[in-house]
Amino acid sequence: MFFDHFNYWITVILFVIGLYTVMSRSNLVKKMIGLSIFQIAVFLLYITMGKIEGGTAPIIIDQPDVIYSNPLPHVLILTAIVVGVATTALGLALVVRIKETFGTIDEDEILQMEETK
Amino acid sequence: MEEFTSVFLMLLLVASALAVLYVRNLFVATMLLGAVSFIMALIFVTLDAVDVAFTEAAVGAGISTVLYLGTLALVGPHEKGSIKKPVLPLLLSLAVGGVLIYATFEMPIVGSPDTPVQQSRLTERFLVQSLDEIAVPNIVTSVLASYRGFDTFGETTVIFTAGIAVLLILSQVRIRRKEDLADGEVEDEQDSLEAQLAPQIKDTSAPSASPHDLIPHVVAKLLIPFVLLFGFYVQFHGDFGPGGGFQAGVIFAAGFILYSLVFGLEFTQKLLPLRVVEYGLAAGVLLYGGVGVVSMLLGGNFLDYNLLSADPVAGQHLGILLVELGVGITVTAAMVAIFYGFAGRSEVKKKNEVEAK
Amino acid sequence: MMELLLDISTWILMMTGCAFLLITGVGLLRFPDIYTRIHAGGMADTLATFLIFGGLALQSGFTLVTVKLVFIVAFIFITSPTATYALAQATFIAGLKPVVDGFGDDGPDENSNTAKVKD
Repeated sequence: MFFDHFNYWITVILFVIGLYTVMSRSNLVKKMIGLSIFQIAVFLLYITMGKIEGGTAPIIIDQPDVIYSNPLPHVLILTAIVVGVATTALGLALVVRIKETFGTIDEDEILQMEETK
Repeated sequence: MEEFTSVFLMLLLVASALAVLYVRNLFVATMLLGAVSFIMALIFVTLDAVDVAFTEAAVGAGISTVLYLGTLALVGPHEKGSIKKPVLPLLLSLAVGGVLIYATFEMPIVGSPDTPVQQSRLTERFLVQSLDEIAVPNIVTSVLASYRGFDTFGETTVIFTAGIAVLLILSQVRIRRKEDLADGEVEDEQDSLEAQLAPQIKDTSAPSASPHDLIPHVVAKLLIPFVLLFGFYVQFHGDFGPGGGFQAGVIFAAGFILYSLVFGLEFTQKLLPLRVVEYGLAAGVLLYGGVGVVSMLLGGNFLDYNLLSADPVAGQHLGILLVELGVGITVTAAMVAIFYGFAGRSEVKKKNEVEAK
Repeated sequence: MMELLLDISTWILMMTGCAFLLITGVGLLRFPDIYTRIHAGGMADTLATFLIFGGLALQSGFTLVTVKLVFIVAFIFITSPTATYALAQATFIAGLKPVVDGFGDDGPDENSNTAKVKD
């Protein structure tokens, strides 16, 4: 009974950790890392919804009466993982340019520099 | 018993995520993020999602770590501690978490077969009829490449866009020299990446290798062919087991990135010049779109593979093969292009620091 | 009878492998110096992988799965010591000298900075 919703609780805990990292840390690379953790939580949520008790991977094998887990969430998350890495790459490229322009990647210092300009 | 494995892995995941949050040295945080991705891949295997686990291990723990390390080499790995206490973010996150946990009590039990996801007629169609219509054992590949081919086309375009965008952002170098600023004019050298690195390519002697590098050189020369061969295997075996275009593209790119890390960027750019990478980026998307246009010219809808050959099932196989090949080429080219962007930037930065002395 | 023998040997191999990994983990936490930690992590890790995969290969018999497992073990045998070497090489070039214990006539090396470097 305890394990009925355990996966969903872990998802929510990872949501909170990711969200808190993005909001509270002022270093831009740390924010990108928090965003990655948030994305991982979303993947866990979707794949959990596709699982069937006693199922197996959705690759058709020759035995009769096999229950397959639902392949549709797998397809969606496959796309989401690759799009996530593309977004991360772009974000990190922007961080590199911000460092070269401002000399720092700390958000508070950048805001201070912008205000005193 | 199986539940204990997944429960243990998930608790390990939460502990690693908390460690990532609290660690102040960003190199350590990057390595812990790689560990988080690996644990996530293991959890995906316990949840029967083998294709997703493969992709998460290759992409999240492989390429993502390389990108973060490339950024940290340019940016510096120290994070300042904040002086003010982040009370408002903490309260907000806990409030969001509380509301979501309250919502999870309404969700169905994990693994029950009578949820809307499992009962939908799409699931029925994919599991039962894909063997007759497409005859590819890996249902995830058949759904990805054929039933939801439009989504995958959009995703390939997203990867293409990311590759171009990183090349645009990271291939121009601005050099601000102090003496020029004092004169009132700033000299901007906006050379492209190739022009910056071209003089170094003419130097055909061995890269600046110390005798310390002998073992990694030998082992890399031994293993890179096998890495590339494995990439090909994953690409073409995606119909029968976990695999497909994305994973294959990432593994292929990892082979080239390994070569570049061991032997140096200029040798890799002799092997795979930036021009070839740019053409590869476009060629993959063109191949995918080309398959769609050809099927329209043959009288059907866009990306209707049934018309590509006399027998519809053979047409589906041909369509899936070409489409996955297109995805693989674009993903390889995009990952290599992104790596060239980051690594080229640090090469130019080193060159400027040497010149400025 | 044959299956019982296979099961027992699988259990022995995997338990030994897990014991080695546990020892590796304890060593990584308790050793004082980075070089000793690299030593612990690199060596026992490879051996434990070999034992666990040997147990798995016994369970899957003479099928394609065993061939793939053999390939994976060969790959890890080649790359894990290389990674250990590269890590120790990089640490040495970066300037961290090992803590020399004073088994000879000198006392503990005051100049070594690995003992002072934390994190």
